[in-house]
Amino acid sequence: MTRVVHAPRGGIAVAGRFPGWLYLPAGLGAAVLLLPLAALLVRLDWAGVPAAITSPEALQALGLSLATASWATLACIVLGVPLALVIARSGRGTAAALRTLVTLPLVLPPLVGGIALLSLLGRTGLFGEVLAVWGIRIPFTTAAVVIAQVFVALPFLVISVEGALRTAGTRFEGVAAGLGAGRFTVFRRITLPLVAPGLLAGAVLCFARALGEFGATALFAGNAAGTTRTMPLAIYTAFNGAGVSEDTAIALSLMLIAVAIAVLVLMRGWRADAPR
Amino acid sequence: MSAAAERRTDASAAGAAPDAGLVAELEVERGGFRLDAAVAVGPDEVLAVLGPNGSGKSTLLAAIAGHVPVDRGEVRVGGRLLGGAGAGEVPLAARRIGLLGQQALLFPHLSALENVAFGPRAQGAGRRDARAEAAGWLERVGLAGFERRRPAELSGGQQQRVALARTLAARPAALLLDEPFAALDVEAAAGMRRLVREHRAALGIPMLLVTHDPLDALVLAGRAAILQAGRIVDEGPIARVLGHPRTPFIAALAGVDLVEGVALDAATVRSDGGLVLRAAEPAGLVTGAPASAVFAPGSVHVRAADAGAPAGGAAAAGEPSANHWSGTVASLEPTGGGVRIVTAEQPGVAVDVPTAAAVALDLEAGAALAFRIEPADVSVRPLG
Repeated sequence: MTRVVHAPRGGIAVAGRFPGWLYLPAGLGAAVLLLPLAALLVRLDWAGVPAAITSPEALQALGLSLATASWATLACIVLGVPLALVIARSGRGTAAALRTLVTLPLVLPPLVGGIALLSLLGRTGLFGEVLAVWGIRIPFTTAAVVIAQVFVALPFLVISVEGALRTAGTRFEGVAAGLGAGRFTVFRRITLPLVAPGLLAGAVLCFARALGEFGATALFAGNAAGTTRTMPLAIYTAFNGAGVSEDTAIALSLMLIAVAIAVLVLMRGWRADAPR
Repeated sequence: MSAAAERRTDASAAGAAPDAGLVAELEVERGGFRLDAAVAVGPDEVLAVLGPNGSGKSTLLAAIAGHVPVDRGEVRVGGRLLGGAGAGEVPLAARRIGLLGQQALLFPHLSALENVAFGPRAQGAGRRDARAEAAGWLERVGLAGFERRRPAELSGGQQQRVALARTLAARPAALLLDEPFAALDVEAAAGMRRLVREHRAALGIPMLLVTHDPLDALVLAGRAAILQAGRIVDEGPIARVLGHPRTPFIAALAGVDLVEGVALDAATVRSDGGLVLRAAEPAGLVTGAPASAVFAPGSVHVRAADAGAPAGGAAAAGEPSANHWSGTVASLEPTGGGVRIVTAEQPGVAVDVPTAAAVALDLEAGAALAFRIEPADVSVRPLG
């Protein structure tokens, strides 16, 4: 099956040659990214790894992390795709303003996000008091973990999908409408499939961000084993924890890295045979 | 098939006006450009709208199709009011106006078959019926066996044929063609033109063909309208509009020479520039009244001026002889398969010579040439 032109593989084309000394900062950049992770492997007490990562606490934290990150990703898709659509289809000024607002959680320290969520949904928060009347308490529950994750991960999905929507443009939608398709049919059969690669990439980033979320979760959801102690919190606890060795923290970190790599590899596999 | 029946009743429901064709009177203003045009196309007719780039051709089609808001005026198809200022706009999905543009714009994530089946599906047909209908259309455009191909796996010509099938499968009440052959290579364009021509009669719907290529109009349309700077400057049967253009602008578009002047007798025109052209067929010109003559740039015979006797030796002194003139080359430019000559003496008259003849003449700027045209190649008519 023939496909559209691929960039030449293997080596840099002659036309793309650059000054050789640029390899120095490039190598340093790679070192900054990879050396700490390598150090992690060196420091690791390999003998203790099996016990550390199969301990009930570790498995519980991993299960909670995967479950909450999945729910958060789902919520991000359900809320983020419409939001991205609104931004992509609004006028230039409105779009710029909305985009800035949506990106805000990206540049905020997650701790600030946690405080913000507490002031909204905390016991004495803006909505918290009303919710308390109904007998609903959100902070320090698994729901709070998911909400904190959505708060920090949603921008990734919105930005990714909005970019895909802009690239796809509205021409195909116009053609579809001209063929007699109503708005929902156009959305379902044209818009969504066209942005599917962007949506997938956004969802993967979303999931990865949710998986690593720590700051907002710690403040807003706390650190209760089984309900809110996700992998990052388990690592933090192990690292600081009384009686637990630092090696456990390192082993758990390794586990989280492995999961993240698996997600990224999976995405590459999907994208390779994604349509168009 | 109930969907099709429903579509049919839908089309005739609002039909108070007897006119079954496409009637559009539009005023559209977009960023300093103003389109003010009215077109009427009969139910079995193809109207070609010709004009240069930027004359408003695509805006006209987009406004009729409903992609561009209309400031004043209205669009009716088969008596059904589709849109216009004041009247509630009929949503795009309910207009049933087929629009085929320069680019096929096939949905990249769907196969050829699913692209064509999209219209019937969107209008309520079941998956199986829609696919069967789509397969039939693909066969009719000569693409049986290409059902499963993705758009990226089709050539430009094939994509455009799938786009035509997709447009027709949606059973449009009117078909708008916006330079559908312009982006294709010569061979694919010819095939596509043939295809549209074949389906033209069977469709029985009004068709509006926008083009800057007179060939499209000649092959496909019965009437032509000329759009210039947002206004229709001439309209009528192709033979009249392009065969004997009214204005130099249309003449340039049609690729013919138009010479305006005064009638010397029933078949002869003398231009303001001193050119005398006599047609073989008298056209009832009134001596002294404004008249025009038209000929093809390629029908002029050219030779070097100093070779042989002076042009039209029998001419009376001071009076240039009919259908003979001379001049010095002011500019040369390539045409398809030849060279176009414009002389300093007759800047409004282009003369085309084949490449071989151009080489033999040793053409260069400043060369003196003698020109001659057969009366049979000249047509004349009164002006105004």
